[in-house]
Amino acid sequence: MKVLVAVKRVIDYNVKVRVKADGSGVDLANVKMSMNPFDEIAVEQAIRLKEAGVATEIVAVSLGIEQCQETLRTALAMGADRAIHVHHDGELEPLVVAKLLKAIIATEQPGLVIVGKQAIDDDCNQTGQMLAGLLGWPQGTFVSRLKLENGKALATREVDGGLENVELTLPAILTVDLRLNEPRYASLPNIMKARKKPIEKRTPAELGVDPTPRLKTLKVSEPPKRLAGVKVDSVAALVTKLKQEAGVI
Amino acid sequence: MAVLLVAEHSNDALQPATLHAASAALKMGGDLHVLVVGKGCDGAAAAAAKVAGVTKVLVADADIMAGSLPENVAPLLVRLAPGYSHLVAPATTFGKNVMPRAAALLDAQQISDIISVESPDTFIRPIYAGNALATVQSSDAVKVVTVRTTTFPLAPAEGGSAAIEKVAAGEAAANVRFAGLESSRNERPELTSARIVISGGRGMQAGDNFKMLEKVADILGAAVGASRAAVDAGFVPNDYQVGQTGKVVAPELYIAVGISGAIQHLAGMKDSKVIVAINKDEEAPIFQVADYGLVADLFKAVPELAEELQRQNVSAR
Repeated sequence: MKVLVAVKRVIDYNVKVRVKADGSGVDLANVKMSMNPFDEIAVEQAIRLKEAGVATEIVAVSLGIEQCQETLRTALAMGADRAIHVHHDGELEPLVVAKLLKAIIATEQPGLVIVGKQAIDDDCNQTGQMLAGLLGWPQGTFVSRLKLENGKALATREVDGGLENVELTLPAILTVDLRLNEPRYASLPNIMKARKKPIEKRTPAELGVDPTPRLKTLKVSEPPKRLAGVKVDSVAALVTKLKQEAGVI
Repeated sequence: MAVLLVAEHSNDALQPATLHAASAALKMGGDLHVLVVGKGCDGAAAAAAKVAGVTKVLVADADIMAGSLPENVAPLLVRLAPGYSHLVAPATTFGKNVMPRAAALLDAQQISDIISVESPDTFIRPIYAGNALATVQSSDAVKVVTVRTTTFPLAPAEGGSAAIEKVAAGEAAANVRFAGLESSRNERPELTSARIVISGGRGMQAGDNFKMLEKVADILGAAVGASRAAVDAGFVPNDYQVGQTGKVVAPELYIAVGISGAIQHLAGMKDSKVIVAINKDEEAPIFQVADYGLVADLFKAVPELAEELQRQNVSAR
């Protein structure tokens, strides 16, 4: 079975995000970029399925600017077999990404698609669900445990009240949560090997998708700043303040 | 045109998240209708009819709606959508699961996790885990919106007397089966909806020491969380993690114990109403966002906090 994973290039999770002074967006110049942490978990899961003999081939897809190829190289170094880069210089909203992935899936025909549950830049948490809707495939979102057997994916989902189990008939879409696995680091030999793995290039036009965003971003602003409060000198003073001044207990 | 709010409920009652989302939906203009889907959800439908501002309740009560699978709920939303300007749901795991699927089928770009309704087509939503706020305008015919529940007040649960109308649930998707819920492992409230959260960091030194936090949590009715450092050190499981790559919380009170305040942790909790930091390092960045800081050894301060709360007769609200 072929497994397709989608990976997004985002600001590294350790970088402090700065809003541009003109309110047009977030400053991405000279900022460290990495693979979206949830997508790393998706790649790791695909590799584990291959190691377990369930998956036969892993195709990694990334969509966006030229440098997305670096993110794809990371996926290839971790263990993906080949990659597809959909090149587009402008913003790509989840609906557009879902349409592009659908077009790729039409030719690739994977049995399973794994994506991160959310990208840590736009925090939309939409792409996997949208893709599942467009394909008419079942979806297992926020997955923290997974078993594949008899053409079915048994997915345990992290929901607000605990855990929920769903049984999906393949092909299916999974969006993965943090607890599913611990992604590996690529070893140096694998990083070297990844340089030789193929990256196929596509464009939205070739795939027949209009990439124009539907939402207009009017402004990006800093959230209200929190002011540092006061230091208290004892636990008793703290409890009194919380009771009387803040009124939260 | 009316606004359709998809209710999250427990069959007998509405979840508070639904009432928070109703406050947001009421700001989008037009009548407010509520859709209740489930199996045996009459009680929730009756509760929805009483919510102030709701003018109609639609109920799809059927076997196939048990578990509210998005594969079954999204097509229903698509059928209902032509009568509505907005489809709204709380940005809980329920809303996050169902709404994007419906949005894609409607060819609409969903607006996730809004914290403000500026006008019927313009919303503010946090990006980068709340480190920036984006004001976005939608041109879609039907706007699909999920609501960050912590930033909108509860709509009054009483005051309305809406009519309840049955709607057909439709056909079940054949390629998916709901296989049941495993409820949370403990009696404490869930992290993302708790009114009070107490979290521990690397300073806790060992998983066993989280028992100190649990004691305080039990007195306050609080949820227990952790920083990524504490999770990476193996003190607690990953689902405790508060932060950019964990859970984003905004409780009324957040107590950070032995947490230095790495950017990625702050991203997950800085929208809390009141923040308390207990740390022995007075230079720790957590104090820059804390309303109340206590520079102290947590191994002394936390047990003392439990005693002091009891002495001052503080209990869970």
